[in-house]
Amino acid sequence: MFSRTILSKATRPSAFSAIRPIVRPSVAPAAPSPFLLSVAAQRRLLSDGVRQAIDKAVGSAPVVLFMKGTPETPQCGFSRASIQVLGLQGVNPEKFAAYNVLEDAELREGIKEYSDWPTIPQLYIDKEFVGGCDIIVSMHQNGELAKMLEDKGVLVKEEGAAEGGKKPE
Amino acid sequence: MAQPTITEDSVRAALIERLKATHVEIQDMSGGCGQAFTSLIVSSEFAGKNSLKRHRLVNAALKDEIAQIHAWSAKCQTPEEYAAEMAATGGNDKPPLDGTEGGRVEGVSG
Repeated sequence: MFSRTILSKATRPSAFSAIRPIVRPSVAPAAPSPFLLSVAAQRRLLSDGVRQAIDKAVGSAPVVLFMKGTPETPQCGFSRASIQVLGLQGVNPEKFAAYNVLEDAELREGIKEYSDWPTIPQLYIDKEFVGGCDIIVSMHQNGELAKMLEDKGVLVKEEGAAEGGKKPE
Repeated sequence: MAQPTITEDSVRAALIERLKATHVEIQDMSGGCGQAFTSLIVSSEFAGKNSLKRHRLVNAALKDEIAQIHAWSAKCQTPEEYAAEMAATGGNDKPPLDGTEGGRVEGVSG
């Protein structure tokens, strides 16, 4: 498995609190990654092993983001913009997983071929490829993303009174 | 294998030729090294296609170019959408700069 980062429940964002990072990486699983293979293999066709590992990652949560860095510390402006949008939308931490492609050369190259998409970040919702940063941002702005996330039932439940009371950290 | 250098002009020419783009704006967001571009692409070939399909069309048309650069961003509009946005914004329809720092890409490339 890829190391996985999960939105922390403790830092549950209010609808508009995502200017700062709203997520916290968890400790990576102990099992060795199937992607710790030779860097020379990067350019070859996607192997069955890599494809299966990506299948598993894509299916590991309803909302999955392949990004550079972690949600808390993005290593690229496009990944940062994408994670901020997901925070602004109020994606439920329990229904979200992020994978840092910088930790694994095979994932970094493999995901591009898997999705037939040349850049990172990449967003999947219910195992379906949604797009990269340009698409995430434009769908955020035109309301399509809010509708999709709502339809998929992956947003935090609004509790009204609880919203204003507690300040995140 | 020697590959031609990617420039704003070469990307624009490729989009006009391969996507029959009627209006193309390419902006260098690399800070000068020519490795990162953002674009506004207007083509009637986008008509009837959703955003993902439009981007896939562009990615396919610029497969070799995008593989060579570090960052690529695009806004894909039909001529009608472009005209409507130009009218609505007073001529301010531009390539997207989301994810950049004042128009410059920062962070890990590739």
